Formats: sequence, C-alpha cells, structure tokens
Amino acid sequence: MMHWVIVPVLLPLIGGLLQLVARRFGLPAQRVLGLALTGGLMAVAIQMLILAQAGDTLVYNLGNWPAPFGIVLVLDRLAAMMVLLTSMLALAALGYSSVMRVDEQGSHFHVLFQLQLFGLNGAFLTGDVFNLFVFFEVLLLASYGLLLHGSGAERTRAGLHYVVINLIGSTLFLFAVGALYGAVGTLNIADMAQKVAAAPAERSGLIAAAGLLLLAVFALKAAMFPLYLWLPQAYANTSAPVAAFFAIMTKVGVYAIIRVHGTVFGEQAGVLAWLHMPWVLAGGLVTLVLAALGVLAARNLREQVAYLVLASVATLLVAVGLNRAEALAAGLYYLLHSTLLAGAFFLLADLIRRSRGVASDRFGVVARMHGGRWLGIGFFFAAVALAGLPPMSGFIGKIMILDAALAHPWRWIVLASTLVASLLILVALVRSGSFLFYRPQEMALVEDSQLGEPPRKSALWIIGSMLVTAPLLVLFAGGVMEFTNETAKQMQQIPEYIEAVLGNPLSGEEQRMP
Amino acid sequence: MEVLIALSVGVMTACGVYLVLRASTFPVVVGLTLLSYAVNVFLFSMGRLKVGAPAVIDPLADGYADPLPQALVLTAIVIAFAMTAFVIVLALKARDELGNDHVDGKGGNLPDDKEAGA
Repeated sequence: MMHWVIVPVLLPLIGGLLQLVARRFGLPAQRVLGLALTGGLMAVAIQMLILAQAGDTLVYNLGNWPAPFGIVLVLDRLAAMMVLLTSMLALAALGYSSVMRVDEQGSHFHVLFQLQLFGLNGAFLTGDVFNLFVFFEVLLLASYGLLLHGSGAERTRAGLHYVVINLIGSTLFLFAVGALYGAVGTLNIADMAQKVAAAPAERSGLIAAAGLLLLAVFALKAAMFPLYLWLPQAYANTSAPVAAFFAIMTKVGVYAIIRVHGTVFGEQAGVLAWLHMPWVLAGGLVTLVLAALGVLAARNLREQVAYLVLASVATLLVAVGLNRAEALAAGLYYLLHSTLLAGAFFLLADLIRRSRGVASDRFGVVARMHGGRWLGIGFFFAAVALAGLPPMSGFIGKIMILDAALAHPWRWIVLASTLVASLLILVALVRSGSFLFYRPQEMALVEDSQLGEPPRKSALWIIGSMLVTAPLLVLFAGGVMEFTNETAKQMQQIPEYIEAVLGNPLSGEEQRMP
Repeated sequence: MEVLIALSVGVMTACGVYLVLRASTFPVVVGLTLLSYAVNVFLFSMGRLKVGAPAVIDPLADGYADPLPQALVLTAIVIAFAMTAFVIVLALKARDELGNDHVDGKGGNLPDDKEAGA
C-alpha cells in the first residue's frame, strides 16, 4: 500500500533497462514491451488517482530517512492527475510511433521514451527541490535524445538551441537552489515553506531573489515570455510522436511553479507571500498574445500547432497567476484538455503532411491529399476544441478561467488579451483549415502525381481516441471540475501539506508487521 | 576567503555568459563549462566557508562543516560532465550537418571544407 507512490518512478526506469535488453530481439519486441510498460504505468496511475482521491497527502520516505533529512516522494491529487495525464499521452504517442514506424529512424527510441517517463513522473512526485533538479536533468537528457531522433539539418539546428538554452536553465536552477539553501538551510519543499515563513526580515531580500531566479528557470521550461523562443522551432522540427509527447513538457514547468512557488511562497510566507504571482500573470498574458500572433504568422501546420501549445501553456499561466482557487481549478481542467488535444493535433499535422506528399505541411502550396475527408473532420474537431469554441472542452475551461478573472484587479487586461488571442487563433485556424481542405477540391482535375501516402487507419484511430477526450471532458465536466476544485483547494492548504510531509512517521516499522 | 570565492564565482560567471553569447558552437560549449564551474563553487560556498571543520560527528570538534552542499556539488559535477559530453557531440553533429560551426548554421561553409573537398 505504502509503496504505490514509488511505482510510477521505478516502472519506467526498469522499463528503460529492459528496453535496452529487448533491443536484441528487434523493434517489434520493443514496441510490444513499450506499449505493455506504458499501459501498466497507466493502470498504476489510475490506482494512484484512487489513492489520492481520498484527500490524504501520501508521503514516501526514500531509504526510510525521515522528512527534512531524506528525500521524500509526495502523492497528492495534483501529482496523481499529472502522472495519469502523462501516461495517457505517452500511450498515444508510443502507439502512433509504433504504427507509423517513427522508431525506425534512429536507435534507442524506446529506451529514451521510458527514461523520459521516468524523469517526468519523478518530477511530478518529488517533494525535494534538489531532487526536482535531478529529475529535470533526467527528463531533459532523455528529451534531447528524443528531439534529435531521426535526422535532418533543421532538426539538429533546433535541437542545438534547445539543448544550449536548457543547459543554461539548469545552471540557473543550481544557482537558485544554492541561494535558497544558503538562506534557509533546507531543500525539502515543506520544510522550506516553514523556514521561509519564519525567516528574519533581513533575509527576505535574498530569499525573494532566489525565488524569482527559480521562477525564471521554471518559466523557461514552461516557455513563458520572454523565454519561449526556443519552443516553436524545436517542436515544429522534431518527429510527430515526440512533439505530441512534449505537449506535457511545458506543463512540467507550470506544475513546478504551482508546486514549489505555490507552497514556499504561499500565504504563510508573510512579506514574501505570492511573490511570484504578478510575474506569472503578466508573463502569461504577454505570451498568450504573442503566441496568438505566432499562430497567425506560422508558415506551416506544424509550426502553427507549436504556437498553439504555447498559447495553451500561456492560458494556464494566466490561470495560475490569477491566484484564486477557482482560477487554478479551471486552469487544471484546461491543462487536461489542452495537453491531450495539442498532442492529437501534432499527430494529425504529421498525417496531413505525409498525405500531401512533396507539398508537406506548408501553407502557400496548394496540394491534393489522400484521405482528406477523415483528416479534415479531425482537423475541424481539433481546431474547434483548441480555439475554445462551444461545445468543446476548451470553451468550458476558458470561460471558467475568465469567470474567475472577474474578481482580479487586472480583469480588463486579462479579459481583453484572452479574448483577442482566442479570436486571432480562431481566424488563423479557419484560414489554414480552408487552405488545406477546401482549395484542393477546386483543383480536383489536376494530375495526381504529387500525392503522398494515404493515412493509416490505425493512426487515425489513435488520433480519434485522443480527440474524443474533448467531448468526454464536456460530458463529465461536473465530475472532472469537482476533482480539480478539490485539487486546487488542496494546493492552498499548505499547513496540511507541511504536516503530512514533516509529521510523517517512519514507514518501515509498519512494513515489517505482517 | 569570502572575497576570493565571491570574485572567482563572479568572474567565471561573467566569462561564461560572454562566451555563451558568442556565435560559434565551441565558445558556447566552453562558456557552459565555465558556468557550471561557477555554480559548483557557488553551491559549495552556500554551506558557509569553514577551514578545518569536520563534516562527520567528532566529540572534540567545536563546529561542523555542512556536508550537504558537498553532496550537491558532487551530483552537479556528474550531471554537468555528462551534459558537456553530450553538447560537444551535438555541436560536432551540427558542424557536420550544417556545414559550419555557427550556432544558427549561417555563414556558409568554412574554408577548410573547401580545401578538404578540393
């Protein structure tokens, strides 16, 4: 029972090692093993969601060291939700890469994929800032390999930028963690929250500087203005399943802001309380407007979807920055929706690119395609959901965020930029959709020489199963919102979190009892 | 000693930032290495600077050095080492595929390429 918390971290780690061995038996064996492992991870994640649903914060002492001295893993509603979302996205991305044989383009795809899951789950579950750094490095190193998977000069160029900027980010992370440790003398998030609240006034400047430096690092991961420039090229030039899976990577940055800053600089922190909120809100708003302009200006479909990911993460940052439980709850609902839909959109863009042949996914070249009907329906569906039109889940998420924004002093700026950005995104998607799917029909008499490959049925099924989450999230919006409301409330109950982590008895004694 | 450590961290960080902003991949890699050196020394000094104090319990000692930053530095060194190796290989791959060592792949082929080709 107690050991459930560590299973989502251990399973992909062992899975990655097994994949290394399975490589000798060829790619089909690796595919079966990868899908089995990821499916198993999803089952574990559902089990953890059931555990966390009870409302307790479950704490796992690694090596059985008590909390401020050893590293702890903490499972609460938010962590369980993120782990489940990651495994769902991973299953779809892995299924697509197996069906479309993306994993043939280079070596060790399946190994890196499992290690990426290891890093992600570790980052979601850890309760220690330095351990968070280590898991960030694990997931980044795996993501470098996945991003460069396959080849091509554009991919290498975008990959180099991505690697260098993230290495600088890691250095800043260490500076921030070091300064925080120097100021309060602990690395455990719960203990840090306590120590920051009790810190003498002359230390508060140093703590604020370190906290904001840490915010800059998380903002880099979350692609917040002005640190978002790496994202569009990196995501647009990598292979489709990797880009789809990376839809969760920016969310890790947002999660880290909610977890670390939300806990350490919560309302108990006195003068330092909610130190990060204005930065997150302002950064989110600027990113949102710029991302919408990017969606409008994109030269090909993959770049457009990359900017859509940016817009969704910016909306999420706005929801976090509003600093209200209702806004956070709406933001978490939006997170579920936008991650799955953006992932599906990346896969769909890849199918469209393949079926257009040499025209690829560029706007500006009119080309016919195979299977335009199903791809067109999928595009319409995904575009309506991501632009936030009713009756899809994006609409519900956005309207609840705006509703929560009405009580905020910046409400007019928030309303104006969110609505203008939504309009721009809608216009851009209508334009690209009619360009890709209507205009080729007028030219139906042109010779079929440049047609690409028809989309595979199984790939369409995978995308369809991801897209269907949008209406499902609407149908079950009541239950999901109840859950995210509880989650947001739990995130505000910082004394309970501290109590659960630091007051946790050693688990070993209970384990030895039969 | 505080001044010396602070100066060395500051100078290394400044050099690292300058080199990271250069346009060729090799100075960028050296800059990243310098930044990681700077952060290692910085982390080390965050446990407060003490001379000759034991880190492990000793009944005769009148004070202790903080062992935790040393463990953090060790982890950071290992990670930075692996990352440097990776980024060097990536820079070589970019040099190979883009035809030059500009970080954006701009600037045409290098002269030695033409000589080698001729």
